[in-house]
Amino acid sequence: MSIWEYANPKRFMQVSAAVLPWLSALALVTLVTGLVWGFFFTPDDFRMGATVKIIYIHVPAATMATGAWFMMLVASLVWLIRRHHVSALAAKAGAPVGMTMTLIGLFTGAVWGQPMWGTWWAWEPRLTSFLILFLFYLGYMALWEAVEDPDTAADLTSVLCIVGSVFAVLSRYAVLFWNRGLHQGASLSMDAEEHVSDIYAWPLWVSIIGFALLFVCLVLLRTRTEIRARRLRALQARERAA
Amino acid sequence: MILSVTDLAVLRGGVALLGGLSFTLGPGEALILRGPNGVGKTTLLRTLAGLQPALAGRIDGPAEGAAYSSHADGVKPTLNVAENLRFWAEIHGQRDIAPALEAFDLVNLAGREAQSLSAGQKRRLGLARLLVTGRRLWLLDEPTVSLDSASVALFAAAIEAHLAQGGAAVIATHIGLGLAHARDLDLAVYRPDPGAAGTVSGAGDPFLEGIA
Amino acid sequence: MRALLLRDLRLAIRAGGGFGLSLAFFLIVTTLVPFGVGPEGGTLARIAPGILWLGALLSCLLSLDRIFALDREDGSLDLLATSPAPMEGVVAIKAAAHWLTTGLPLTFVAPALGLLLNLAPSGYGWLMLSLAIGTPALSLIGAFGAALTVGLKRGGLLLSLLVLPLYVPTLIYGAELARRGAEGLPVLTPLLMLAGITLGTAALLPFAAAAAIRVNLR
Repeated sequence: MSIWEYANPKRFMQVSAAVLPWLSALALVTLVTGLVWGFFFTPDDFRMGATVKIIYIHVPAATMATGAWFMMLVASLVWLIRRHHVSALAAKAGAPVGMTMTLIGLFTGAVWGQPMWGTWWAWEPRLTSFLILFLFYLGYMALWEAVEDPDTAADLTSVLCIVGSVFAVLSRYAVLFWNRGLHQGASLSMDAEEHVSDIYAWPLWVSIIGFALLFVCLVLLRTRTEIRARRLRALQARERAA
Repeated sequence: MILSVTDLAVLRGGVALLGGLSFTLGPGEALILRGPNGVGKTTLLRTLAGLQPALAGRIDGPAEGAAYSSHADGVKPTLNVAENLRFWAEIHGQRDIAPALEAFDLVNLAGREAQSLSAGQKRRLGLARLLVTGRRLWLLDEPTVSLDSASVALFAAAIEAHLAQGGAAVIATHIGLGLAHARDLDLAVYRPDPGAAGTVSGAGDPFLEGIA
Repeated sequence: MRALLLRDLRLAIRAGGGFGLSLAFFLIVTTLVPFGVGPEGGTLARIAPGILWLGALLSCLLSLDRIFALDREDGSLDLLATSPAPMEGVVAIKAAAHWLTTGLPLTFVAPALGLLLNLAPSGYGWLMLSLAIGTPALSLIGAFGAALTVGLKRGGLLLSLLVLPLYVPTLIYGAELARRGAEGLPVLTPLLMLAGITLGTAALLPFAAAAAIRVNLR
């Protein structure tokens, strides 16, 4: 019994079909718990008022945005090294979910920024990094769409994902440097989760776990769709050849 | 032995085209690939050249690799004939391009820009490139396209000379070249059997596992 | 390898090679900027390093799809892949040829365009230095993008989409180096980072690009 067994499409379909309903229910319960707790059962911040509660969406979405890219990186490496087809398709399935999380993070960041900074958008290092990450997702997905042969597409996107990861980290530090250079110290920092007190931290953690479970569910679901699409393709090829 | 192929299966676009292919090629021998369009001649040659992976089987070729030539012959229109040829010679660590120019009757054209050549002359330049690679095994995909009968004779003579020096060639062609030591290989025989499970859509496609 | 470099340079310089196009593009972009932001000298001087870097970056982008696409069309890439030349070396040489025909000329004309944008005279040297150090990275990253998209029919637009996000760190440090140089601020950090990016891309990206080309030739 090894973990690679699940890299076989048939096995993956069986196991994921059994797991998905339970996992979805768990994700729903955790998410609702975290958000309701955070929205209705925590006090308003003395400085930021009720606007602080957007962290219960903003921070988990942002965590998942980077987490999704990391998951794609691992899946890409597994595909390149061990040639497991499910791994390549999981990476493909993770991208739109990660991109949506990035968008949610950017949107909630803008909504939060409005009352705090008086502007919808500031070139604050963290927000800027997520904007760049969004561009990386776009390019990655566009490459998947553009290449016809699925195995070729998997190879090329995996290479892009690895190189992109290095450049994403580089960009993060470059942006930090760039903005400090402009503003002399990040006075606009939204590093909320680094100094939130316990009363906000617990529901925040529950929300993060809820988002993570939601992410896993969506990726499993999308991977199943991708596997079915590949099956259809293989069947059509067989039909043509016969 | 220059080339030895054992139980080779090749695929194009994820679909197996040929299977169970075995042959050997010694010094001085040429193999002519026959078969209808789409049978997999180009795919086989590209696989032998190492440009694409085989689905199954073994290919034992010369250690230095093979000289591959296809419809696209890598001729740069803004370079002249000698510059084009000298480039490929230098890439392959060779110096002398005079014999190649001679063999394909290109001496008088040496200073001409390749874009002013006719299709047949360009093709001759593409084939002359084979002589400057210094490789023993030639893999040729429809080498006689757009050649007139005199040029085909030049080409046949070049192959004969190559074989006489202990070289070998695998050639996909529709016309007879009149080579003395050539064998025919009909690829239609090696088409995978559509009835056999798992051989048609890429042997053992993981996405078809468990599907009737 | 030397033969490949010479051939690529020759092809670029001869008719239809596109040499000079990127220089003309650089000039046009720079000329258009004052029409967009107004002729006021102080504003232009302040944004000049950034505009010139952006212009150089876009000019580089313009010729990226030529790096491998032409060789792919006429079969040269197949023949290079079966030749004794390692694909990693081919990528590195082709990126070098691209830099010699775009990045290097751009570096030399940049001060003249800096004049148009009112760049402080003390900034010319730093501008040239930043372009000289940074544009090789642009060519190398671009060669990687071109390798990814070489098999695609309409790869040009996708190439831009893939390459531009990868250009972010180079642009930030390059423009910052030129700006700080012009304003007389300390330049060591962006200088080292920019050089590090160029060296890092030169060391690693040829391998990734060669892998992508091999996949695309299948």
